[in-house]
Amino acid sequence: MSTYTLPNEKGHFGIFGGRYVPETLMKAVVELETAYKEAKDDPDFQSEFRRLLTEYAGRETPLYFAQNLTKYAGGANIYLKREDLNHTGAHKINNAIGQALLAVRMGKKKIVAETGAGQHGVATATVSALLNLDCIIFMGEEDIKRQALNVFRMELLGAKVVSVTSGSATLKDAVNEALRYWVANVDDTHYLLGSVMGPHPFPMIVRDFQSVIGQETRDQFKAAKGRLPDALVACIGGGSNSIGMFYPFIEEEAVRLYGIEAAGKGIDTPFHAASLTKGKPGVLHGALMYLLQDQDGQIQEAHSLSAGLDYPGVGPEHSYLKEIGRAEYHSITDQEALEAFQLLSKHEGIIPALESAHAVAFAVQLAAKMNADQNIVVCLSGRGDKDVDAVKARLERGLES
Amino acid sequence: MNRIEQTFQLLTKTGRKAFVPYLMAGDGGLDCLADRLTLLEKFGASAIEVGVPFSDPVADGSAIQMAGIRALKNGTTLRGIIKKIAEARKQIHVPIILMTYLNPVYAYGIDAFIFDIQEAGIDGCIIPDLPMEEEDIIAPKLHEVNIEFIRLATPTTPLDRIKQIAGKGRGFLYTVTVKGITGERSEFAHDLYAFLKQVKEVSSIPVLAGFGISNQEQIAEIVEYCDGVVVGSKIVDLFASSRLRELEQLVSIFHSKSNPF
Ligand SMILES: Cc1ncc(COP(=O)(O)O)c(C=O)c1O
Repeated sequence: MSTYTLPNEKGHFGIFGGRYVPETLMKAVVELETAYKEAKDDPDFQSEFRRLLTEYAGRETPLYFAQNLTKYAGGANIYLKREDLNHTGAHKINNAIGQALLAVRMGKKKIVAETGAGQHGVATATVSALLNLDCIIFMGEEDIKRQALNVFRMELLGAKVVSVTSGSATLKDAVNEALRYWVANVDDTHYLLGSVMGPHPFPMIVRDFQSVIGQETRDQFKAAKGRLPDALVACIGGGSNSIGMFYPFIEEEAVRLYGIEAAGKGIDTPFHAASLTKGKPGVLHGALMYLLQDQDGQIQEAHSLSAGLDYPGVGPEHSYLKEIGRAEYHSITDQEALEAFQLLSKHEGIIPALESAHAVAFAVQLAAKMNADQNIVVCLSGRGDKDVDAVKARLERGLES
Repeated sequence: MNRIEQTFQLLTKTGRKAFVPYLMAGDGGLDCLADRLTLLEKFGASAIEVGVPFSDPVADGSAIQMAGIRALKNGTTLRGIIKKIAEARKQIHVPIILMTYLNPVYAYGIDAFIFDIQEAGIDGCIIPDLPMEEEDIIAPKLHEVNIEFIRLATPTTPLDRIKQIAGKGRGFLYTVTVKGITGERSEFAHDLYAFLKQVKEVSSIPVLAGFGISNQEQIAEIVEYCDGVVVGSKIVDLFASSRLRELEQLVSIFHSKSNPF
C-alpha cells in the first residue's frame, strides 16, 4: 500500500531536489543512478550490504529505553536508537558502506568526500581501507581545528585530508571543493556524499541506505510494545540520520516527525544553522532546497557549536516534508545542546555527539508536554568522544565569564 | 534577429573567428564595468560574457573565485549589474551574455529577472549549474523574449547527448575544453582536438571553446577546430593587474594584421 514514491524520475520532491550540476558531472550522475537502480534489485548487492552492516558496522543497533531521562523529563517515555554504537561512532557508516559498495560495482577505485564534524570522513576513510579504495577527504580549515582527532583518525586509516580555506572554511566549502575535485576526476572517482543532499540520485541513495535506522526502530518498537511510537526526533545537518529514521514511517500519519536544526546563538541572531526555520528555497550543491541566503541569493554562513550541523542548507526531501506539513522542524541553541550533552552523560551514562544532543534537548522538552503512556524515539546519531575537548574548553570558558 | 545570431552571421560571412572575453562584474567596483565593456569592444571582442559573482562557484577555479569574492566584498549584486549594463548598452554594440549561477537568478525571481535583462539589452544567458534536465525552469521563457540560452557541452558529454544539446541551441554551443573547472591550463588533453572536431561535426550552430585558454598559441591551435574561443580567467587577471596592453594584444588577436586568421 505504498503511496509515497518520491523522488520522481527526475529526482524531484515537489519543487525540490533535481540535478543542478555542471554538464561535466551529468554523465557521472546518470551513471550512478543507473548503477544504483540495478544494485537495488540485485539480491547479491543487498546481501553484501546487509552482511557488512551486521558483521562490520555492528548492526542492529539497540533501541534503548532511557528510564532516567524519561523520569527527568516527566512525561512521555524516551527511547534512544543507539546509532552511536555503530563502528566509527555514528550513523554515517551505513551510507558509507552502501556507497563504497556501489563505487566498487561501478569500477571506480577512488573516493572523494567532504566532511564537517569528521564523522563522515572517518566513515568514508574506514570503508575505503576495508575495500582498498584511494580516499581523499576535503574538510574546512575551521573544522580541522575543531575536530583534530578525527583528522588524525582519517590519516591513520590511509586517507588524504585536504584543508579547505575558501569561504567560511566549513562544510559548505568542503562540498564545493569536493565537487570541483569530482568535476576534474570524474572518470575514475566516486563522490561519496555524506548526507541527503546534492544532485539526484544522492538524496535518494543516502536515504535508502540510512533507512535501516527507521526500519530497525519500527521492528524493535513493535516487538517491545506491539505498536508504533508516537513521535520521532532527530537532529538535522544535511538531514541523513533524520530521513533515515523518518522514511519508514512517512505513511504512518499518527507518528509525528520532528527534525531539529541548530539554532546556534539563537535564530534571531545571524549565528545559526536553521535553514528550514529561517531560510528560503534556492539552489546549492546540485539541489533545490531550503537555504540560508541573503536577498541577492548569496549563500550565508551557518553557525553551530557542532560541526556536523554547520551547513546552510537542508536536503530536498526535508524541504518537501516541511512544505506539505508531514514533518515539523524546530531548533535548539548551542547552550541547550550543551546542557543536554551533560544531561545525557550524567543521567544515562551515554555521552552523545553534540549533533545528537540537539535531538535529546528537544525530546526532553517534548516529552514534558506529552503523556506518560506516549512514546518518543530519539535518533542518537553519534557518540560524543569527538566533542569532549571542545565541550571542556567551552565549559571552562563559561565558568570564567 | 538576436544580436548573437547577427554577430555570428557576420563572422561567418567575413571568415573570422569569434573572440569572447569573460569579465567578472564588480571586480574593481561596479562603476568601472561600462568602461571595461567599452574597452573590450574597442579591442575587438566579438561578444562579451559578463560574470555574476556567487558565493559558491563550484565550476570555477581560483582566479574567478577570487574575482567573485572581491566583487561581493564591493557589494556587487545581480540587480546592480543589470542596471549598469542597461546604462552602458547604448554605447556597446556587441552582444552581452550574462554568466551566472542559478541561485542569484532564483532569488531575483525568474520572471522579474527575464523582464529586467530584456530591458537592459542583454542578449544571452549561460547558467553553468543548469543542465538540460532542469533548464525548463528558465530556458523556454528566455526563448519567448528572444534571449539566447547558451548550452554547454563537455568532454564527458556522450555524443548522443551533445547532438541533443546542440539541436536545442541557438546562439552558439559553449564547448568546455577540459574535464575540470575554469582556470588557466598550460596544456590540454591530447584528445581535445578530436573532441572539438566531433562537436563541430554534429553542431548546426557555431562552436566556441572555453575553459583554461589563456594565450595566443593555444588559441591559434584551438580555432583550427571551432568557430572561436571564450577566455575567462586570463582576462580577469589582466584587468585585476591593470595589464591593458597585454589585454589588447590578446583580445585583438583575430584583428591584428600579423595574424593569419
Ligand atoms: C553524529 C552526527 N549526527 C548528525 C550529523 C548531521 O548529519 P545528518 O543531518 O546528515 O544526519 C552528523 C554530521 O556530521 C554527525 O556526525
